[in-house]
Amino acid sequence: MALYLPEDIYKQVTGNLIDAYPNEGAGFLIGKVRDEQRDVCMILALHNESETNEARNRYKIKANAYVEAESTAEKHDLDLIGVFHSHPDHPAKPSEYDREFALPWWSYLIVSVYKNKVDHATSWVLSDNRDHFIEELLNIE
Amino acid sequence: MATIQIPTPLRTYTNGETEITIKGNTVGEALHDLTTQHVALKQHLYNEDGKLRAFVNIFVDGDDVRHLNGESTAINADSSLRIVPSVAGGLVYQHTINMRKSQ
Repeated sequence: MALYLPEDIYKQVTGNLIDAYPNEGAGFLIGKVRDEQRDVCMILALHNESETNEARNRYKIKANAYVEAESTAEKHDLDLIGVFHSHPDHPAKPSEYDREFALPWWSYLIVSVYKNKVDHATSWVLSDNRDHFIEELLNIE
Repeated sequence: MATIQIPTPLRTYTNGETEITIKGNTVGEALHDLTTQHVALKQHLYNEDGKLRAFVNIFVDGDDVRHLNGESTAINADSSLRIVPSVAGGLVYQHTINMRKSQ
């Protein structure tokens, strides 16, 4: 699997996550699927609905935001292909909590934001048996 | 018969179908029928204890069954069900693990 992200959209992602710092930021990735490759065409940055004291290490997106995002993707003849979120002051590796709430097939783009600056990004897909994440190629161009 | 809408990330387990016709008089029976038709869906909807996973929300005609009678909520042939995932994640467990290691 591979996630292709145009440079301008990556800047939108990182801009949103820097704005959210020191809290976690999150949003949806919308795009096209071609065999083993996903191309991100647009994003939907969302408000982190976690309680204030949890937002530094947790993100939560309401169910109705999911419904709206799926509808937006369909209107553009695209698919809801994944989620992006930040790990403030931590590496861009999925946590157990990420895995517990993960959906299969989606790309999980994680951006490490250290001291208000982007450090690195990775992308992951949940294994079919749900017991681990598989890192996928992340191509920003 | 009732129908259930499948969210995008789970359609890989329904051969790409977005809406499935299901049998049953309750939400629980309908989900059982769904996971009988598409067996691979089960592990993503239910945990090891046979409970719906925390991120799985089931709506019947627009209402969250958590505010009705859960999986016992009655449905009829005209009911429109929808699986809507709660999207969540984050560092929280990593923090817990780090704290435990340092103790």
